[in-house]
Amino acid sequence: MTTVTKAEGAPAPTGPDGFLSVRDLQVTFSTEDGPVKAVDGLSFDLHRGRTLGIVGESGSGKSVTNLTILGLHDPLFTTIDGEIVLDGKELITATEKEMEKLRGNRVAMIFQDPLTALSPFYTIGRQIAEPYMKHTGASKKAAWERAVDMLAKVGIPNPKERARDYPHQFSGGMRQRAMIAMALVCDPDLLIADEPTTALDVTVQAQILDLLKDLQREFGTAIVFITHDLGVIADMADDIMVMYAGRAVERGTVTEVLRSPQHPYTWGLLNSMPRLDSDLGTPLAPIPGTPPSLLTPPPGCRFHPRCTFRDRVGGNRCATERPPLGPDRSSACHLSAEQKQTIFVEEIRPRLG
Amino acid sequence: MKEDLVLPATRDAAADAPPEPLLKVSGLVKHFPVKGGFPVRRTVGAVQAVDGLDFQVAEGESFGLVGESGCGKSTTGRLITRLLEPTGGTITYRGRDISHAGRKQLAPIRSEIQMIFQDPYSSLNPRQTVGKIISGPMEINGINPPGGREKRVRELLEIVGLNPEHYNRFPHEFSGGQRQRIGVARALALEPKLIVADEPVSALDVSIQAQVVNLLQKVQRELGIAFVFIAHDLAVVRHFSQRVAVMYLGKIIEVGDRDSIYARPRHPYTHALLSAVPEVTLTAEEGPARERIRLAGDVPSPISPPSGCRFRTRCWKAQDRCATEEPPLVRIAGNRDGHLTACHFPEEPTIEAREEDIVLDPALAALEEGSAEGPGKS
Amino acid sequence: MLQFIIRRTVGAFVTLFLIGAATFFLFVAAPSDYASLACGKDCSPQRLADIREALGLNLPLAQQFWHFMSGIVTGRDFPAGHCSAPCLGVSFYSGDMVWSTIMDRFPLTLTLTAGGAVVFLLIGVGAGMLAAYRRGTLVDKVATGGSMVLSSFQIYFLGPVVLTILVYSTGWMEDPRYVPITQDPVGWFVGMSIPVCVMATIFTAQYTRMARSSMIEQLAEDHVRTARAKGMSRRYVFLRYAWRGSLIPIVTVLGIDVSSMLGGAVVTELTFSLQGIGRLAVDGAVNKDLPLTMGVMLFGAFFILLINILTDITYAWIDPRIRLS
Repeated sequence: MTTVTKAEGAPAPTGPDGFLSVRDLQVTFSTEDGPVKAVDGLSFDLHRGRTLGIVGESGSGKSVTNLTILGLHDPLFTTIDGEIVLDGKELITATEKEMEKLRGNRVAMIFQDPLTALSPFYTIGRQIAEPYMKHTGASKKAAWERAVDMLAKVGIPNPKERARDYPHQFSGGMRQRAMIAMALVCDPDLLIADEPTTALDVTVQAQILDLLKDLQREFGTAIVFITHDLGVIADMADDIMVMYAGRAVERGTVTEVLRSPQHPYTWGLLNSMPRLDSDLGTPLAPIPGTPPSLLTPPPGCRFHPRCTFRDRVGGNRCATERPPLGPDRSSACHLSAEQKQTIFVEEIRPRLG
Repeated sequence: MKEDLVLPATRDAAADAPPEPLLKVSGLVKHFPVKGGFPVRRTVGAVQAVDGLDFQVAEGESFGLVGESGCGKSTTGRLITRLLEPTGGTITYRGRDISHAGRKQLAPIRSEIQMIFQDPYSSLNPRQTVGKIISGPMEINGINPPGGREKRVRELLEIVGLNPEHYNRFPHEFSGGQRQRIGVARALALEPKLIVADEPVSALDVSIQAQVVNLLQKVQRELGIAFVFIAHDLAVVRHFSQRVAVMYLGKIIEVGDRDSIYARPRHPYTHALLSAVPEVTLTAEEGPARERIRLAGDVPSPISPPSGCRFRTRCWKAQDRCATEEPPLVRIAGNRDGHLTACHFPEEPTIEAREEDIVLDPALAALEEGSAEGPGKS
Repeated sequence: MLQFIIRRTVGAFVTLFLIGAATFFLFVAAPSDYASLACGKDCSPQRLADIREALGLNLPLAQQFWHFMSGIVTGRDFPAGHCSAPCLGVSFYSGDMVWSTIMDRFPLTLTLTAGGAVVFLLIGVGAGMLAAYRRGTLVDKVATGGSMVLSSFQIYFLGPVVLTILVYSTGWMEDPRYVPITQDPVGWFVGMSIPVCVMATIFTAQYTRMARSSMIEQLAEDHVRTARAKGMSRRYVFLRYAWRGSLIPIVTVLGIDVSSMLGGAVVTELTFSLQGIGRLAVDGAVNKDLPLTMGVMLFGAFFILLINILTDITYAWIDPRIRLS
């Protein structure tokens, strides 16, 4: 487990509670136009009971990464390299049977749109009971009771009756609660939440985020939380990993990344996001240009075509050399540590107010 | 704040605003019929999408409409642009009642009121070139700008930050953000006085969203176009709009200038909405903590909205009176000029943390009571 | 649901009545004299008048129509005898009761339809599902390629080819013929197997492609991915989650195919010289036989409407969203 990746330097030492570690993950889709490298040399660790927030825009590879952890990619069009180790077990080489025992049992997932993510054909209760029966061998009756208990736990009123309802009879917020109940029914060690609140209204989103935090405290689940919303990440995560065009560009604890970000892309994200307390005199500062096509990604640092600081790096390094990302607090940028700190303090922070 | 922006609470108060507002909406109602019944199908109810709105938009002003799904904000946008016909009430544009105007009467006004849509993928015709898309409205309205339409289109492309050389390209060659720029250029083609923007940035990535917000802001300020900016994202609306109305289940429950709504809200729902926005704390030194309010459940169905105050079913201050008497949208004691609130029992005008969190959600309350640290009350 | 069925049934009767009216008035609008047709070449005026009277052609049109429609419910009396309900009148051409003629022919059509449906559902849908399940493998390629080739065939081409091989040149089988199942089950099966299989082959190809694409679409649904994420096996998810959703388009097309086949599989019947409803429809049209044409039309329309209602009930059984709205 101490494979040194060429791209990102030495991996984090896997501590005694090192639970999920991903090493140099490469995910390539074959498309009609050619191979698309959706994830390119990604490494990270997640410890028990903690929450890792993965932030990125569309096409950053954040969702692909997590489908790959569960082995839910389409094997026909996908090639995967690297290592995914969950509690000492290598997942990329695991058989389908082994993965099935893991999914919904030790690793569960919540998806973005609870309307399409729940089957319209079966009752909520049945959909929750199903994985419980499969993984614990419980009887139909016991599993149903467990489903009702779980529905009560996530705050569905009249859970006994509502368990017999179909998803379309639930409101958006209740569907996502049911989805959470389904994910937690086997008391998993790892929960992957892929934009779980993006489709919800803001007051409902607040309920769901609080619910997830409270349930995490009770069950001790580790969470990988994927979102494009920095506000949600600030609320939920312990650690943050920022992704851009299939690579991680910055990582650290929430406080580190949000209070003293060190990567030009993170700066760009923060500058372009309106906040409820931002100074209205300062216009938003968007990142110029558009995210690159992954069919023909830019060489070197993938952010360099949109980066306003690249001329401060000597030579043409940004366009030729991939900047490394360290295992702990670090940012994948060729600017020196002092430069990053100076730019942040003098040019970025004053704008953020 | 300008005096003429004060919103009249009652319909007879129009006399005190001498300069005619650009757009004046009063008592606006839109009900969509619900069919059902046996043996003969008939109208058995109505989705009360918009139920009695009053507001005005001044020339060059940016007016924000916020609210959660089902509050009727998009329907309102479609009523103003007359893509829908109101069930009741009046829409007055520059002194002319357009509530039930027919095609012919609307034609001259259509060019002055334009719309920008949410989805930049489905709102542009994929078989037309960018030039054709943008010049289309000019053609329909028979407008021949000096120097020809093509020159005007190239100017517009430049204004919205696209390369004028892209005149002959098709929409699929552009990214989402660029398409939204094309949508803006199309809206600008007829030199409108009012643009209704329905969630114009919510389909875009954060970094692109800022580009489009800035563009709209530039257009609004430099060309003096009035905006009705419809969005669910409170931070974006705050950034863009000088005056903001908060909607809940087809009604405006609070309206006022930006500061009143965001820093001194009075309606419990506005408090709940603001406290629900997840925020990035960027500065090392913490400001005063914000309040934490967690409502129970979802928005009720607009087919059978609660009696009296529509928010009462989720409100922590609700009393018997709220069920029987609908609170009028008025300037209540302690509100600044132009800040109107529809509430019998308004909150203190601050968003700073309270002594106790308000947690109405039974599951959250139970979980928080279970763990020692959550001082939740239910 | 019961309300829905009642409403649809009432609607179906109204539609049947309108179809009857449309057929009737369009038919009489065409300028031909049925009585003189029925009378033949050397026809005396007296005989012609008798025939007119016997056929009821001397009455006003509206009354003729009313007699026809009410006869379906109450039965009618003709000089030739009583025609009990449901009475579709007497054929101008043959003088037989239309209802009993249809009933004579119907078992053959029903055999063709039911037999065909069983074959193409089992083989066609089965192959399509299997192809989707083993997408990208040899099985998939064979199924896709095979259905592509077969669907470009036509019954009037494939039928004679099969007959030539199996009957005329080798003599392995006899010419297709219809024997009632009650008389001789084996003869019934053997006699009808060639037409049923040839017709089903054409449909099988279509159902294979439809089932495959419908299934692949379902497998890409979010809720199918969720079920996989819960740890349910690929086969379980395939059979419980994806399969159900993929049924809707299949049921839709099946309904259309079966109801039109019950109204007469004209091409198949002509290709194999079988006397079914389809043949009857052709005869009625060729002989300008109003009662027969109306009878066959109404009979076919009845099945279209009936199967429409059954299809909707099936939708509701498949998808609770339809059931409850």
